[in-house]
Amino acid sequence: MAKRGKNRLMVVEEERDLETIDINVNVGPQHPATHGVFRMVLTVSGEKVVDVVPHIGYMHRGAEKLSENADYRQALIFQDRTDYLAQFNCEMCYVMALEKLAGIEVPERAEYIRVILSELNRLTSHYMFAGAFGTDLGVYGTVYTYAFREREFIQEVFEEITGDRMMYGYFRPGGVVWDVPDNFKERVRAVCEKTRIGINDIERLVTGNEIFVARSRDIGVISGEDAIDYGLSGPMLRASGVPVDLRREEPYSIYDRFDFDIPVGERGDSYDRYLVRMEEMRQSLRIIEQALEQMPEGPILPEKLPRRLRLPPGEVYMRTENPRGEYGIYLVSKGGEKPYRLKIRSSCFCNLMALKKMTVGHYVADAVTILGSVDIVLGEVDR
Amino acid sequence: MNQLESLFDNVWIDALWRLLVVLALMVFVVLLLTWGERKVIGRIQMRLGPMRTGPYGILQPIADMIKILLKEDLRPATADRLAFELAPFLAFVPVFLTFVALPFTASWGVRVLSLGLLYFFAVSGLTALGYLIAGWASDNKYALLGAMRTAAQLISYEVPLILAVLALSMLAGSLNLVDIVERQGRVPFVVWQPLGFFIFLMCALSDVTRRPFDTAAAESELVGGPWIEFSSIRWSMLYALTEYAALFALATLGSLIFLGGWDWPLGRDWGWWWQVILIFTKTSLLLMVFLWANGTFARIRVDQLMSFCWKFLLPLGLVQVFLNGLILVYDWPDWTLLVTSGLALAAAGYALHAGLRVKEPLRTVSLRSDA
Repeated sequence: MAKRGKNRLMVVEEERDLETIDINVNVGPQHPATHGVFRMVLTVSGEKVVDVVPHIGYMHRGAEKLSENADYRQALIFQDRTDYLAQFNCEMCYVMALEKLAGIEVPERAEYIRVILSELNRLTSHYMFAGAFGTDLGVYGTVYTYAFREREFIQEVFEEITGDRMMYGYFRPGGVVWDVPDNFKERVRAVCEKTRIGINDIERLVTGNEIFVARSRDIGVISGEDAIDYGLSGPMLRASGVPVDLRREEPYSIYDRFDFDIPVGERGDSYDRYLVRMEEMRQSLRIIEQALEQMPEGPILPEKLPRRLRLPPGEVYMRTENPRGEYGIYLVSKGGEKPYRLKIRSSCFCNLMALKKMTVGHYVADAVTILGSVDIVLGEVDR
Repeated sequence: MNQLESLFDNVWIDALWRLLVVLALMVFVVLLLTWGERKVIGRIQMRLGPMRTGPYGILQPIADMIKILLKEDLRPATADRLAFELAPFLAFVPVFLTFVALPFTASWGVRVLSLGLLYFFAVSGLTALGYLIAGWASDNKYALLGAMRTAAQLISYEVPLILAVLALSMLAGSLNLVDIVERQGRVPFVVWQPLGFFIFLMCALSDVTRRPFDTAAAESELVGGPWIEFSSIRWSMLYALTEYAALFALATLGSLIFLGGWDWPLGRDWGWWWQVILIFTKTSLLLMVFLWANGTFARIRVDQLMSFCWKFLLPLGLVQVFLNGLILVYDWPDWTLLVTSGLALAAAGYALHAGLRVKEPLRTVSLRSDA
């Protein structure tokens, strides 16, 4: 009784405060910001994010296990379906792993075709990123339509060459399945011209825009050391100031023949990630143009390709620089026509691990920005 | 005929038909605006917009309306029933009421109020209540966050908006909308009050929660804000009708008080039809600006939204009021209004631009070819 009386006279500060609770906001798996079937549970205190719990696996199809039950060549199609925005890059990684283990020599022309298509695919992927990132920041689809118009030109080339718009299945161990059309060089050159204009269009629309900068600058900063510790790769890593690009570090295929630069950010925020990707597109154009200059005539598959591909026992790890980072194939063969074990090192999966580190302390709207700047493809995260 | 006139002499019948006209105008404008927005945004995005329903898709809003009306009217089981069903009306009725005070020509309006400007803002401010209740009653976290944002945003932005309009009414010496238009004569107030007009534009964009100030709806994070749980006609009332009608009301108000309403530099003895054309042209111009902003800007974050209002727009509004007061008290010539207000706007624009860029270089990405 005495205590209550005392309290009534001297109200202590804590009691005067309103009682607040943190609420959990579920974002996904059906949510416009999640770029697929990703789910994150944000614990928010007012508008600030205090905790993030990502949930993945909604799109797990068991690509690795399915590959074990398919012929080496059949298993190629699972690579189209992991990172479905950078199919050629994934196919390239897989066929190069097979070639490395089987010791197959790839004809020059096929190497060039692969590199050109992979770099074009990097362009389409980064276009997709730019469009989606703009939408994440709240632009009413304008960046998206700009990006998709440009992306469509490249997509048409892919369709012309492979007969498919999404699941190409065009690369083969030893080369590519059929030769490109006669007008390939002119077509790709024209596309490069359009792409150059398209990148400028997008940059003029958003890069210098005050609101765009205010929304992405210093959001989701991750330092170079942290980026390495978390195992980030690709534009995420380079935006943090670490100039690691597998095309330069350990040049696979014929990447050592081209002259190109590696864009590197200084601050490691969402804006730098965007800038790095836009600059990468320009560098990809440089690679494509050089490759078109050097591309020789000739066969597209080795002359003596075994009818049934049997790999010698052994294991191999092949990694390539995909648009989203390091994509790796770890292949174990015990002889025969099927892989004993196929492990995919997913770039998005590793990049996503830093989500909590980047998001906590920012606002709810920034969580969407940061997730957009990671540029995840759920097909690759979940495999 | 006499019978008919005497019928309109009855206060209630007179009020009724005027309100019916306003309601019809409002619905028509909303339908036209939804179509217009889709077309304009479509062009901005290099699309055609609706093309299939009627010539140039002109019947699209009617098709949309039928679709919306035929949808199931859902209410979450855990929602507060009374508040949930009341909310669309609370949001919609104030916007409807603002039309009462708006004169569309020198002689046609529902009612000429001597405090028309005050009435307009007093009533339109109530919309926030509807959104707040809608968000609270939905029992949905997105809706709750959206409702809190809407309430904070709408109330905050009323302040600089009213300051800008206050500065203007100091010049006009009246709060009566007809008087304000008459007072402008051949030279509209936007010439004398560029800063006030800028503040008005920003606050109007925020008042109708459109990009870059649409943090309340925020499709990419809150998936629609306060009206996330609403469907069918309730959604239509809460979102489409309210928002587009408010957009139109604010654009009309802007064209009246800043752009000279039914007047223009070449005089006004052209007949009432010319007045109608003038005011709707000016309103359409303002609407185009709103749609343009909606199509090209990103959304600013909620804290940036608040600091933009309190730290930037509010001081500017005070500056505008102060400048006008100074000039009116010392009876300086009119051109000083333009010069001071214009200079203040230029300085503010520069500060906003530089504030983002001076601190750090924009482009921090460099190329490393030696890696």
